[in-house]
Order: sequence, then C-alpha cells, then structure tokens
Amino acid sequence: MSSDPYSDRGNADKSITNLDGIGSAQPVKGDGSAYPVDGGPFLIGDTMTGGYGAGPDILHDCTIAVERGEIAVIVGPNGAGKSTGMKAVFGMLNLRQGHVRLDGEDITKLSPQARVAKGMGFVPQTSNIFTSMTVEENLEMGAFIRKDDIRGTMEQIYDLFPILRDKRKQPAGELSGGQRQQVAVGRALMTKPKVLMLDEPTAGVSPIVMDELFDRIIEVARTGIPILMVEQNARQALEIADKGYVLVQGRNAFTGTGKELLNDPEVRKSFLGG
Amino acid sequence: MDLLNAVIALSNYVIIPAMAYGSQLALGALGVTLIYGILRFSNFAHGDTMAFGAMVTVLVTWGLQSLGVSLGPLPTALLALPFGIMGAMALLLVTDRMVYRFYREQKAKPVILVIVSLGVAFIMNGLVRFIIGPDDQKFSDGERFIISARTFKKMTGLEEGLAIKTTQGITVITAVIVVALLFWFLNRTRTGKSMRAYSDNEDLALLSGINPERVVMITWLLVAALATTAGVLYGLDKSFKPFTYFQLLLPIFASAIVGGLGNPLGAIAGGFVIAFSEVTVTYAWKKVAGYALPDGWAPDGLIQLLSTDYKLAVSFIILLVVLLFKPTGLFKGKSV
Amino acid sequence: MNSALRNTLLFGIIGVLIAYTGVAQSWNTALLILNMGLISAIMALGVNLQWGFAGLFNVGIMGFVALGGLATVLVSMPPTTEAWAAGGGGILAGLLMGAMTIAATVLVIKRMPASTLRNAIVLAILIGGFVLYRAIFDPAVEAVEAVNPAGTGYLGGLGLPVILAWPVGGLLAAGAAWIIGKTALGLRSDYLAIATLGIAEIIIAILKNEDWLSRGVKNVVGLPRPTAFEIDLQNDPSFVDRAAGLGMDPVLASTLYVKLAYAGLFTAVLVILLILAQRALNSPWGRMMRAIRDNETAAEAMGKDVTARHLQVFILGSAVCGIAGAMMTTLDGQLTPGTYQPLRFTFLIWVMVIVGGSGSNLGAVLGGFLIWFLWVQVEPMGLYLMELITSGMAEGSALKAHLIESAAHIRLLTMGVVLLLVLRFSPRGLIPEK
Repeated sequence: MSSDPYSDRGNADKSITNLDGIGSAQPVKGDGSAYPVDGGPFLIGDTMTGGYGAGPDILHDCTIAVERGEIAVIVGPNGAGKSTGMKAVFGMLNLRQGHVRLDGEDITKLSPQARVAKGMGFVPQTSNIFTSMTVEENLEMGAFIRKDDIRGTMEQIYDLFPILRDKRKQPAGELSGGQRQQVAVGRALMTKPKVLMLDEPTAGVSPIVMDELFDRIIEVARTGIPILMVEQNARQALEIADKGYVLVQGRNAFTGTGKELLNDPEVRKSFLGG
Repeated sequence: MDLLNAVIALSNYVIIPAMAYGSQLALGALGVTLIYGILRFSNFAHGDTMAFGAMVTVLVTWGLQSLGVSLGPLPTALLALPFGIMGAMALLLVTDRMVYRFYREQKAKPVILVIVSLGVAFIMNGLVRFIIGPDDQKFSDGERFIISARTFKKMTGLEEGLAIKTTQGITVITAVIVVALLFWFLNRTRTGKSMRAYSDNEDLALLSGINPERVVMITWLLVAALATTAGVLYGLDKSFKPFTYFQLLLPIFASAIVGGLGNPLGAIAGGFVIAFSEVTVTYAWKKVAGYALPDGWAPDGLIQLLSTDYKLAVSFIILLVVLLFKPTGLFKGKSV
Repeated sequence: MNSALRNTLLFGIIGVLIAYTGVAQSWNTALLILNMGLISAIMALGVNLQWGFAGLFNVGIMGFVALGGLATVLVSMPPTTEAWAAGGGGILAGLLMGAMTIAATVLVIKRMPASTLRNAIVLAILIGGFVLYRAIFDPAVEAVEAVNPAGTGYLGGLGLPVILAWPVGGLLAAGAAWIIGKTALGLRSDYLAIATLGIAEIIIAILKNEDWLSRGVKNVVGLPRPTAFEIDLQNDPSFVDRAAGLGMDPVLASTLYVKLAYAGLFTAVLVILLILAQRALNSPWGRMMRAIRDNETAAEAMGKDVTARHLQVFILGSAVCGIAGAMMTTLDGQLTPGTYQPLRFTFLIWVMVIVGGSGSNLGAVLGGFLIWFLWVQVEPMGLYLMELITSGMAEGSALKAHLIESAAHIRLLTMGVVLLLVLRFSPRGLIPEK
C-alpha cells in the first residue's frame, strides 16, 4: 500500500482532477524570519541535508556557494542531487540540517516568495515558463513582486534577447526550445535579482543555441549579478566558471576553481570523459 | 408572413429561453472551471454554493420587501444580490480556512479534494435546507415582462406572440456584464494574470513570488460572486428550490467539460451549447413547422425529439459526443 | 491494540447500537436498520472494489442500484399478456431498430476513413434510424400503456422467483458498466467520473419515463417476495401458537419473522461477497490491481493492460451494486423511481467507503452499517436535540417551530461532518487497508 493517506490511488480522471501544472514543491513554511550573520560568501547553502517530504535524504552535508561577481557551476552525474541542491537553496524543500545564507543574512526559514523578495532569481530545469501566457506576460509575472515601473527592465531583457521583442505577444508555449530558455532566464531577471540561479539552462537546445546562451549568461554575469548554475556540459561550463562543485550522491566530491577542476586528473577521468 | 411567424415562435419558445438558461449555465460553469483551473479539482459543492448565495439573497430580498424597498420594475433581488455574494464569500472563505487549506498543506492529491468537496456539499446542502427549508420559494417581484405576447401581437399584428420575461432580459445582461468583468480581470490585471500563472505552473508561480494562498483566496471570492449570481438568476427565472441547485451540477459540469475544463471561454461556449441542445431537442416543433412548411406538409405529431424529462440526458449525450471527437473539449482546456 | 481485536470491537459497537435501538425504540426499527445496513454494506463493498482496489471514481452508483431494482421487476412480476399482445412485438422491433442504427453508425465510423462523406452517411443513418425507431416504437408504446393503465400498462416481467432477480440485477448493472467503461475508459484521457454521473441520471430518467418498461413514476408495487407474507403467518395457527409460546403478539411476531428471514438471506449474500472480495484482494489478481493502482506506469511497463484491468474491476464493482439494488427493491416490495436521489444512493455510499477505510473490505462493510445507522438515527436525535434547545422558548414562537421543523435536515449536515472529520483525523478510515 502507499504510505500517503492522501494519495490518489492512481486516479487520473480528467473530468474531476487537473494535474497539469500542479506543484511539486514542498516549500519552507513562510512564518520564519531572516536574521543577520557575519561574513561568508554572497549566497551559500551550507552543509545541507534533506530530501522530499518524508522520503529519504538526497543531500548529505552538501555545500554550494557563489561569491559576488562570480559564476559558480555545479556538475556531477545524473541523480547526484544537483537540482535538489538548487531547490534546497531556494526553499522549495524542507532541510533537516544546514543553513542558507544570503548577503549576510540567514534565510533558512524563509518561504520561496520571501527569498524572491530578498533578491534571488531561479530558473528551474523544466517547466520554467508559463506556456499558456504570452512572452510579455511571462516577463510581467517575473516582476510580480515589484511595485515600481518595470518597463525599463523589460526593455533591457528585450535588448539582451532581441528575438523575444518580436515574439512578445505570442504564447510562450509556441516558441522553440532555445527561445523558451531565453524567456525563462528573462522572467527570472525581471525582479532585478541580486543573484541568479540557473538549473541546466542549456538542456535540450542545439549546440549553436547553447553557445549563444552561454554568451548571454556571461553577459548577465558581467552586469554584476552572481550566477549559480547547474550544467550537464561540464567542460564548457567549468571553462566559464570562477568556482566549480562536483556533486556525487548528494555529497561534495570535489570543489575548486573552474580551472583547477578542469585540470584535476581525477575529475577529468570521472566526469569530463578523460 | 408565415415564415415571420415561424421565426417569432422559434424565438419565443427556443431562442430566448435557451439564451437565458445558457447564461445561467455559463456563469455556473465559469465557477467550476475556475476552481478546476486553480485548485485543480471539480467542486461537487458548487451547486450548493449557488444555493447558499441565492438563499442569502432571497432572505435579504424578503427583508427589503418588508421594508418597502423596491427597484420599481426591476426585481428587488438585484439590490440584495451584493449581500448574497458577500454571504457566499464569507462561507467559502470559512470553508477554505477550516477544510481545504489543510489538504493543500498536506499536498493531498486533487481527487482527495473532490471527496472533501462531497462532504462540503453535504454540509452546505444541509445548512441551506436547515435555514430556508427544502421547499420552493418565490422572491421575484417587479414587472413580469419586458414585452408580453399580447402587446407584441398588438404591436406587430402577427399571429404569434413574443414574450420576453424581465428575468430573462436581466439574466442575459447580467451575464454579459459579469463575463466582461471577469475576462478583464483575468487578462488585464496583475492579480488576474497571477491567477492564470498559478494555474499554468504552480511551482514557477511560487518562484515568481506569487503567493499561492492569495491566489486561492481570490479564486474563492470570484467563485462566490459567480455562483451567487448564477444561482440568483436561475432562481428568478425559474424558482428557488435547494434541491434543483444540486441537480444543476450535471449540466454545469457538462458545460464546463464540453467547453474544455479550465478554460473560461470554453465554459461560456459550453453553457450555451448545452442549453441550446437541451431546449431544441426537447421542444415540440409542431408550431414552428406548421408555419415554416407549405400548407399540408406539416406532420401530425408534436415533432418532439425527446420528452422534456430527458433534458439531463441530452446534456450528457452532447458531452459524450464532444469528448469522443475532441477529448480536450471545444476550447483547449487548462488555461485559466 | 491489535487490529483483529479492534475490528471486533468496532463491529461490536455497531451490534450494540442496533440492539440498543431494538430495546429503546423497537425491534422492528432495529431490524429495518440491520437489513438496510446489510444492503448498504454490499453497495459499499462494490464501490470499494472500484475506488479502493483501482482508484476508479464512480459517481453513478445510483444508476447501477436502480438497474438492480429494474431487474427485480423484469424478473419477478408476472408478464402482462394483454400488453405483450398489444405492443410487445412493436416495442421489441423498435428497440432492435434502435440497436441496429447504433451498430450501423459504429460500423461506418470504424470502417470508413474520416471524410465529409462518412459524416454525411453517419448523419443520414442516425436521422433515418431515429425516425424509423420512433415510427415503430411510439405506437407500440401507446398500445402497451393503454392496457389497464391504472393497474399495469406495462409489459410486466417473466414471473420467475424474485431471488433470481439478484444475480440478474448484477448482470444488468455489469452490462451498463461495460458500455460506460468501454466509452469512458477508452477515451484518450479518463473521463469516468462525469460519464457515471451522467449515465446514472439517464437511467433514472428512463425508469421515470418509460412507462411500458416499469410503469415509470406510477411505480410497480406488490413485488413477489422470497419470504412469507406477514398476513399468511398470522393466519397460520402453528405460527400463532409458537409466537404465543414466546409470549409475543402474532402481528409483531410475523413482522419480526419476515425481517429476520430477509436478514438471513442478506447476510448470506454479504458473507459470500465479502469472502470473494477478500480472496480477490489477496489473490495475484488483487496484487496486480494494487500494483497498477500504486504505480500505473511501472505496471504498464511490465506489460499489464491497465485499461482492461480497470474495465474489469469497474464492471465487477458495478455488478455488486446492481445486486444490492435488486435486494433493496425486493426488501421494499416496490420499485419507485422517484425516490432515487444522488445524495442518498451515490454520495452516501461514498461516505460509507471513506469512513470505513478506502481499500479495506471489512472497512466498507463497517462503514455501510455505521453510516446507515447514523442516516436513520440522526433525525430523531436531531429532533430531540432541537426540542431540548427550544424547550426554553415560548410556545408557538416562529423560531421554535422552524428549528423543530428543520431538525430533519441535520442528517445531511451530520453526514458531511462525519466524512470531513474522518478524512481529516483518520484519513485511512476506521479499518485501514493493510
């Protein structure tokens, strides 16, 4: 039998239930508050341990961090907990142990919405756009928490991704894979985040589009926004990384600058294909 | 002249009643579709929500009537409607706080919420019957007709009369206003867009800083307004009886599904499709045929395809046909 | 406390509740509750097969129950020979015409490629078939319904023993379930809930309107019984003697005797079905059903035909509801289509299943008894409560009158509250699935 008393017993009846777009996050309850702490990197998930709901732990004392003005990249084999680590940093699952700190504040107890308000932006790996809404509406939703005029920021996004300007009245779900990723990144940039987290932004796009996306990401980083990124294309990602993390089974296996990891024979052998 | 008479008879017995009924179904289906899109379950308590809102309106109407307040030719119930809406809003917010919210926190699957809504339906149904009783209640007043059959005949000299009841007129006009407001809200306002975003992708809405609890709350408020309006209009047009509202659930669900669950435009289209097919299939066409066909051609029978008792069956057969050919409904579902 | 002890205790409590009703109110009432409790338990067992084993959401229980009721009439009532002579052939021919039209439509849709021509042909077949059907059917119906409308006015049944109606009711419900399941489960996405909701309403509409079939809202009364009639017992000297020997009034003794006889029959059916359901649950078939339920994708990957299994369990569950429906109509001695309400015959059964424990057969049985007991007893309890509350109010006050009058509706309220409380605080039900 299933352990969840509120499971659906395999029912997939479309005439009474709507499973499209249903949430899977188990967000941190929002009643906690942030408190100041000293020092440390700009954003850090420190010795995090936890998993989904009552399930087994996926992360074990896992630490990922990014400094101001830098690009940090997380690589590792499938199922290493890379995406889970990102979600944990964003408060999309409850940690059993460990802390998340941002810009001198401990935000472990903040809800995801509160973290957005604190200046964090996150682009998930999949389902990262509102497919039924237009490109422009996607960007508007990105800026949902802002009360000021967002037109300037939207212009900046259109300058960064010119194709989106032409498609702004089209439903985002009708765009190509690469364009969708641009919408996704654009949506996250609309809050004017202090730090941007990207979960495999180049997944499923062609190599040419991938190169272009990397260029854009570097461009964003040059504007001073630190970027924490999970990447499948480890070699290419580590080349642009200031800091690299190799995760294996939810644990930190190797940590160093991008160059160090690229030159580490162990890392090369196991993760970069020689 | 005969053709004109046929058109008038058709309008009188088919088009106008179906327009009014279609508007009521559309408003009901909009509520169902909003909940389906945002809370992700089919609310079996929707009919009873309509009954509750209508009941509050009926009670306030009686109060106003006893105070001598009236709207002249219009039914006093229109004045009481805002109170009914507020009553329904209060009820739904309390229900959400006491019942549904717990299951959201537990991440209960939508089908569990369907079962929960069954329990809520029982309670609301009992509540309404407890307060106002299970019987028919009349609460419409004011002018009965915008135009009566007799005046129409006198005006035009035609054999057939065309009667438009005040309630039918009000129903259609109110429905148009409500639908326009709803679409403006969903497509033009920030809050409305955030509701569509939440329906489209819950997790991403969370990442955009949209507060799910607020979205849910606004949904319930909208649903209360839609359900009460639909319930009051239906009650004015026919009569208020708690049990009929429960039975309205099937045509309302059928409308929402025919149109494409989760799609407001679909809910409206579905409401009219169901209403028109119900009325046309169960209408005795003898009179219209008598006018429209050449002399001597008109058949002897009533030319009624199905007896009126089968109108529920009609909505369902339409539903099945649509699903067989377009599994997502007329308009693609899931895009509140 | 181990589960066996706990379950025994729970059933013990039900027993005590019913026994207490017997002592405090009357044994007649107690036996009425027991008998309908047995039938409710069977219905809940059927729904539990569908929801508990397979996660199928059936909201058309009422329809299957009503079909069982129809079976009782069709099997047990004597045929109306006059009506058969007047229009029996016409009705059969009309129905055959209708069936042929549908078959032809399906054939054309299946055999011809999609095109405007095909649609035109389908439309022509449907319209032509419908006109023909009405032309044959309508006069025959009129003729049948004209035969002694106050007494019969319908074709009657087969005049067979009423007990036979129980399996036939199951078969009838199974047939309907097959049609619904074939259509609703076969669609690209699953639309079972709305399909069952609609079909149930259609079945009731047919029962209410097709007077030639079962007299519609004029009801069929005086159904044959599987047990003795009270009046015969009262006229039987040996029965009267035995009643007197027990110190009982023969009238009371006869009603109790008849009800006990029913209780015996119903218990036998319940026990058989419960044993079958338990064995099914623990058989390889049951394990497979649960595997599909808990992970459909994996089961599909292992080569299980999920749709076929769902169809199977849906038909079985509906058949059980049909049997219960036939039993209920037998107990009532009449078929009254006007009394079929979704709240009572669909949603109340759901409350029984959820309160008892989804996926647990024993739970369904317990839920059936407990909820039925509450359904019957909440009303007098509510009345008592209202009288207590209003005892301080002035005699003849409108509020007092309203409150006492409204006590009847507390029943619905209570069902909702019980369902919500169990879902919230004991979501697995009183006897959780193992």
